[in-house]
Amino acid sequence: MAHLSAVLATTHHPFYLRATTAPPAERIPQADEWQRKVEAYRETLTAARPDILVMVGSDHFHQFFYDNYPAFLIGKQPVYDATFHNEEREFGLPRYVLQGHEELSGYLLQGLLDKDFDFSISHELKLDHSVVCPIITTRPEADLPVVPIYTNIFAAPMPSPRRFFQLGLALRDLIQQYPSDQRIAAVGTGHLSLELGGPRQFAETGPDPEFDRRAIDWLAGGNIDEILKNVTPEAMIAAGNATGGFLDFILMLGLAGAEPADYVDELDLFHTREMYMTWYPEGDPR
Amino acid sequence: MSRYYVDKFLYEVDRDPALLAEYKSDPAALVGRWEHNEGRLLGISHTVETTSWLSFTDEERQTLIDHDYVGLFEMGVNCFLTLTIFIALYDDDFTRRSGPLSFQREYARKLAHWTGRSYPSEAL
Repeated sequence: MAHLSAVLATTHHPFYLRATTAPPAERIPQADEWQRKVEAYRETLTAARPDILVMVGSDHFHQFFYDNYPAFLIGKQPVYDATFHNEEREFGLPRYVLQGHEELSGYLLQGLLDKDFDFSISHELKLDHSVVCPIITTRPEADLPVVPIYTNIFAAPMPSPRRFFQLGLALRDLIQQYPSDQRIAAVGTGHLSLELGGPRQFAETGPDPEFDRRAIDWLAGGNIDEILKNVTPEAMIAAGNATGGFLDFILMLGLAGAEPADYVDELDLFHTREMYMTWYPEGDPR
Repeated sequence: MSRYYVDKFLYEVDRDPALLAEYKSDPAALVGRWEHNEGRLLGISHTVETTSWLSFTDEERQTLIDHDYVGLFEMGVNCFLTLTIFIALYDDDFTRRSGPLSFQREYARKLAHWTGRSYPSEAL
């Protein structure tokens, strides 16, 4: 059976690359600390020696729109292009061409359907910064095949927090049952409290530091009960109009089996809080 | 109201450099043409099939022409789509004049009267 060798959940700040490669005269004061934390976090994935990455992300209205927005979608392709025009324009993100793993994609899709998750499938998916950012931070070599799973965190109404957690548990089970001796790491990104296009955007702190504190502590402690009790759709919007991305962290906690995390780090990057968390379902390899 | 159609305008104009440039230089011409031509192509990828029934209200049309992102917010237009296109239109100009994030901060200030209130719903 396959090894679920690591589960990573992290924020996907699109300006990490620009901030940490800026010339000295333009380098923001936090860049060095940010880079140190990301490089330390990268080591938690490297230590897991993954062969394949299952990447959990969400399309920021790049490929998908309200004419037909999938709740849950998996890519099944030999190759994936990455980075959309407006991400090059706004964030200076580079393009990637990533190898896929059609066998694992197909196995997961069938397994999810068998577990009554009505997944959409794409055979021509292009990946956006929800996947590109964690590639840059945790696997910049971009050398491993990927299986992308996209969730709807943007086009309300979204599936429930409970459903995201159930999906995480289902993926954990399926990956662990995959008939292969490969080492699979699941890397997912999402949002803590975040405001985009609203009055609390780009302020001196994230829109709700208290939400961030509680959310990080709950995730780090594997405390799914408190999360499901407190993190409702209404509570997320109240914390910031783009906080729906927290749903992907709930999914990752399911992949992690709602256990306490093995690695927890964070960074107060003024208008956002960054989070870096890793679980080792098969024991800490470091 | 057709907030779906306003959301579609923001999505499709943002992703096309020629439409974006026209939205900056001649918004009345672009909005007027797009509403009856490009916007009516089915979904976001079709080139022949059309949707017959989509149109803007007078208020939606004028709010788009005026680049009135506060008005769009107050109509419940998708905030992420709105922010993304207006950053594309104004961020460089503002940064040159007043430094990085100056546009985003003015945007936030113009919406400050919504702080602590329930924002208009984006759900369609």
